[in-house]
Amino acid sequence: MNTHSIAQHSFKDKTAKQQALKDPDWVRWSLITIALGFITLFICLPLGLVIYQALSKGIEAYWSALTQADTLAAIRLTLLVAIVTVPLNTLFGITAAWAITRFEFKGKSFLTTLIDLPFSVSPVISGFIFVLLFGAEGWFGKLLATYDIKIIFSAPGIILATLFVTFPFVARQLIPLMQEMGHQEEEAALSLGASGWKTFFSVTLPNIKWALLYGVLLCNARAMGEFGAVSVVSGHIRGLTNTLPLNVEVNYNDYDVVGAFASASILAGLAIVTLVLKTILEWKQATR
Amino acid sequence: MSIILSDISKNFGSFAALHNINLEVPEGELVALLGPSGCGKTTLLRIIAGLEHTDKGSVIINGENKTSQNVSQRGIGFVFQHYALFRHMTVFENVAFGLRVKPRHTRPNNEIIKRKVHALLDLVQLDWLHDRYPDQLSGGQRQRIALARALAVEPSVLLLDEPFGALDASVRKDLRLWLRTLHHDLNVTSIFVTHDQEEAMEVASQVVVLNHGHIEQQGSPSEIYDNPTNAFVSRFIGQTNVFDLDEHDNEWLRNMGIINANNTGRIAHVRPHDILIEKSESHQDATATLKDWQHLGALIRLELVKNDHHSSKPLFAEMPKEQFKALALRIGDVVKLKIRHAHWFH
Repeated sequence: MNTHSIAQHSFKDKTAKQQALKDPDWVRWSLITIALGFITLFICLPLGLVIYQALSKGIEAYWSALTQADTLAAIRLTLLVAIVTVPLNTLFGITAAWAITRFEFKGKSFLTTLIDLPFSVSPVISGFIFVLLFGAEGWFGKLLATYDIKIIFSAPGIILATLFVTFPFVARQLIPLMQEMGHQEEEAALSLGASGWKTFFSVTLPNIKWALLYGVLLCNARAMGEFGAVSVVSGHIRGLTNTLPLNVEVNYNDYDVVGAFASASILAGLAIVTLVLKTILEWKQATR
Repeated sequence: MSIILSDISKNFGSFAALHNINLEVPEGELVALLGPSGCGKTTLLRIIAGLEHTDKGSVIINGENKTSQNVSQRGIGFVFQHYALFRHMTVFENVAFGLRVKPRHTRPNNEIIKRKVHALLDLVQLDWLHDRYPDQLSGGQRQRIALARALAVEPSVLLLDEPFGALDASVRKDLRLWLRTLHHDLNVTSIFVTHDQEEAMEVASQVVVLNHGHIEQQGSPSEIYDNPTNAFVSRFIGQTNVFDLDEHDNEWLRNMGIINANNTGRIAHVRPHDILIEKSESHQDATATLKDWQHLGALIRLELVKNDHHSSKPLFAEMPKEQFKALALRIGDVVKLKIRHAHWFH
């Protein structure tokens, strides 16, 4: 009898609470409308426009724009940049996350802050740093000139700038996860006789793999899409130092609307693929 | 396998976690490292395991100096307070891990691994869970799997860091007993860390009491309980009534039958069961009043107040339930006390 009335009481309590927390209808509907309207206006509409403009002169014009020598060169360069920077930053991200979450050392919090630096600095400045370092008038400019090594206005400069801009992505994904996991499982593996490498590959990696893939995915999206930093160091030499984002700008400035939007559509497609993969990875992480 | 620690010291920054620890654990013993939190017991265990390096001194296991060896080469089994099972592996794979990572020439083949893992799971009575994942198990089951995993590599020494600390009271009681029996059957030299004196007394054959990075006392549970060498140990192991001797307390104790012969100490510790209680007929010869009592199962704990008005500190006494019933005491009754035994400390 007693328990029965308690149960009833708490049930009443619960419904009362739900009602108290519920916002009035007009608030809910206006917030939903604003959010949806914003997304339509600023995200779906431009994305649709990119595809519409790319195909404005028919599929054949689109295809020939894509297969222009300059566009193909831009695609190749973009892929090269991604192939070099993504693995390097993956390695760096794992190393940094490991160091920060597993060791105690002086200047650790400073290092953690430093990892975020590329996020807080304007990409243009990131590019400019490399011009100051390796440009003809830069610190190492003379030295590089004597050995005839070109960094600025060529692929190495673009790769360096992209490396700089994308290096936080993997580390930022791993650090909170590895902090939360602690290192008892690794200690357990070591105490059972496993070597450091074995422990990493059979205990650490399986636990962080989804977060790692997620970080790699974001890193790749940025590496392929970076404009600001790359623009400063590239020199915009057609067919040589233009990446896809730069190719969009160059074509647009030449009033080649179809060419510009054709390149843009590849980037937009990349963004959509990234989003889909991201959703899958988030779902995997949640159900792990 | 015996363990000898000599002159172990460890500092964390300016904090001295361990200071010149000398300890010998004979083969086959089940030893408890007992102390309050922050006393250095876990650090000491991790130094024996090789999970932590000592600043000074040496760790000798079975005659071999292991001080500079890595944890993976020491041949120890370690059980963590929070189990540390590999969450992405099944129970079977968890237990098999230590066998699978052996170097190729000493690694047993799959058939042997399978047999061995199932034997270990049988030993911890959980073979029926072999294809589950750790997050599908209860705390007690996880800790038993962790133990099976540690035993799989046939360690020369088994080290357990607060193995029952994260479990609820009834499971803890069962596991304590079970660990004792298991140790009896396997006879592997084992050290476990605990802050619970009852657990140490119940499970261990030897207890090492630590405080502030020092060893206060080492001995069998009854040695430590009956002959504590200092006030810290006496107070840490079991309940005790503390008398800081001023003129007045001294006389009071003498009236209770305890004589501080030749000033043997300045502090007297009296165990609750060393206080004998008689019902008093009149207020004149009464020495204390019953303020309250609690039921502790077979024992009754009595909270008494001295009648001398000099201190309001309550006194705790214990007696069997039957005796308490026979005395028919009620709250507010006056009683006569007699103290059977006291420990004196400086």
